[in-house]
Amino acid sequence: MAALGAGRAVARGLLRAQSLGAWRGLRAAAALRQIPRAKSENAKSEGTFQVTMLPGDGVGPELMHAVKEVFKAASVPVVFDEHHLSEVQNMASEEKLDQVVDSMKESKVALIGKIHTPMEYKGELASYDMRLRRKLDLFANVVHVKSLPGYKTRHNNLDLVIIREQTEGEYSSLEHESAKGVIECLKIITRAKSQRIAKFAFDYATKKGRSKVTAVHKANIMKLGDGLFLQCCEEVAELYPKIKFDTMIIDNCCMQLVQNPYQFDVLVMPNLYGNIIDNLAAGLVGGAGVVPGESYSAEYAVFEMGARHPFAQAVGRNIANPTAMLLSAANMLRHLNLEFHSNLIADAVKKVIKVGKVRTADMGGYATSLDFTQAVIAALDV
Amino acid sequence: MLGQRPPPPAKYGGRHTVTLIPGDGIGPELMLHVKEVFRHACVPVDFEEVRVSAEAPEDDVHNAIMAIRRNGVALKGNIETNHNLPPSHKSRNNLIRTSLDLYANVIHCQSLPGVETRHRDIDILIVRENTEGEYSSLEHESVAGVVESLKIITAGRSRRIAHYAFRLARAAARRSVTAVHKANIMKLGDGLFLQCCKEVAAEYPEITFNSMIVDNTTMQLVSRPQQFDVMVMPNLYGNIVNNVCAGLVGGPGLVPGANYGHDYAVFETATRNTGKSIANRNIANPTAALLAACMMLDHLRLHSHASTIRQAVLASLDDPRTHTPDIGGQGTTSGAVQSIISHLSRA
Repeated sequence: MAALGAGRAVARGLLRAQSLGAWRGLRAAAALRQIPRAKSENAKSEGTFQVTMLPGDGVGPELMHAVKEVFKAASVPVVFDEHHLSEVQNMASEEKLDQVVDSMKESKVALIGKIHTPMEYKGELASYDMRLRRKLDLFANVVHVKSLPGYKTRHNNLDLVIIREQTEGEYSSLEHESAKGVIECLKIITRAKSQRIAKFAFDYATKKGRSKVTAVHKANIMKLGDGLFLQCCEEVAELYPKIKFDTMIIDNCCMQLVQNPYQFDVLVMPNLYGNIIDNLAAGLVGGAGVVPGESYSAEYAVFEMGARHPFAQAVGRNIANPTAMLLSAANMLRHLNLEFHSNLIADAVKKVIKVGKVRTADMGGYATSLDFTQAVIAALDV
Repeated sequence: MLGQRPPPPAKYGGRHTVTLIPGDGIGPELMLHVKEVFRHACVPVDFEEVRVSAEAPEDDVHNAIMAIRRNGVALKGNIETNHNLPPSHKSRNNLIRTSLDLYANVIHCQSLPGVETRHRDIDILIVRENTEGEYSSLEHESVAGVVESLKIITAGRSRRIAHYAFRLARAAARRSVTAVHKANIMKLGDGLFLQCCKEVAAEYPEITFNSMIVDNTTMQLVSRPQQFDVMVMPNLYGNIVNNVCAGLVGGPGLVPGANYGHDYAVFETATRNTGKSIANRNIANPTAALLAACMMLDHLRLHSHASTIRQAVLASLDDPRTHTPDIGGQGTTSGAVQSIISHLSRA
């Protein structure tokens, strides 16, 4: 019996010490057809999650402060790795960008504010915002436009999701002067990226139990470019027989959104149309301050505002609305499997809005950002 | 559909979506436990649940296949096959494997610490051809009272599975590959399989190749299983050898299995039982299902999550109080899962 026990202990030791050795067969079987990739271990250490934070410009730092205060009050097991990258404050450089990317490689998840892009041309066509997006390959932007109960706007009970391709299209940064006084801007649509975003939209709809996907396009004018996008959406739709698929031209879509937005469920579109529709739809439920957004690549997830504006005129005035950033942070916690904390914070924010006593100026109230944050903390049911 | 290329898998922001087919019998309860363990281990996997059962119409199976095409990976309980239906009724499980071309069935039979069995130190990888052979579903009555069943062996698929076995052996640093056959009787069919294995073996000089007839193999397995390393074989022999080996290390509740194709992978328990007799009695052994889930996590390259859960499962097997009746204990499924979860939080 003792010998048996000892044998077992040895076997156990082997299994623990080098589980790779003991289970090499299983692992190798899995590894056979996988493309090699950088280390994929998540950045979870002793029960806390590391998240990259990039406050950005304008009111970004103030909103991040609100997030940190609320996280502290709710004892959220997240540590932020904070980086500062700003073009308007001359704090952007290739080095800084690499630091952010390195941090992302470790944490996989980020909470970011808007990195403002100056309008004037200084020899570099691509903004840092775009370069970060490209480096991380954040191809899908998701904005869930949802009316907040208790806050009346022109359209109530709205619930639609806008999915935007954000790495190609009009944002290719390919512009040149072909003849004096003649500028050509290239809009790029590729089959691979169109398929990828279409599949993302349908996967999202499946995961969230949605019933319809609408592709938004301008294929009547751009017959080849947008036509390809549309064709890819149609092909992908065949894989999802349970989800309805239809298409709509961008101009009509804008009109329908302001007249009867209830007809939409999930919308998928190329880059620039997505930018416009995101902002339009955010406006329907109360503006940039209340709509959270998120961007995904295969590896990384970035949580941000739904309508990305720096809101620079509000800096230091304590009037920015922390709602969107707090809801975005709550979505981030859900992504990290911190369901409990996510609900805790989202419920607190919704409760404060529903009660309606503490509201920032953009929602027609008189409260400051700080008041709102305090009210959310007070509403946490810990 | 999307040309010839399969669409990219459903992985966004580091989170995977995996198709979950609970199946019949003990499948649904075991899948609940897998979800519970995943939740406690903070695994970045979301499940898209698709229900398929024996009585369900053909449509359901096609939906399930479509869902696997979308997500690339599935975790599956076994679906019962009703033997009383007309021959046109195909096994749902078989339909899933053949339409996704999941040609390689791999199971890893290893003696587990804490489980008492007759043999110790067993560590065998079994690679089974999963799409042709006796499972061709081609049977007919040529004359009244005479039925012909066709067993199909093709050079292409035999070479493919042989290559898979040798690549696996190389990747897992194994020393030998044994081809199991019955070429003394089926000289052409199994002869072709053996011939293909021999040809492929020549490309892997560092791995010893030998062959063994299936009847002798089963005898050797029950008398001296430690002599085997990696085994490769056609469909039906694989079915039998899988079950023999699973029995050697403690039964169907302990051994995980995987089906790999070029584009898709489906994970299930090695012996593919529905366990109908012990369903809903809270006595099924959750080990096999959880280890299959770990193989899936390894396939998704979530190695740290896989090894955390695997270690918790193995560590909790050390405690005989949590053993379920199939391995001689009196514990319950939920008791075993609770013990695994408590090991997880200790890790």
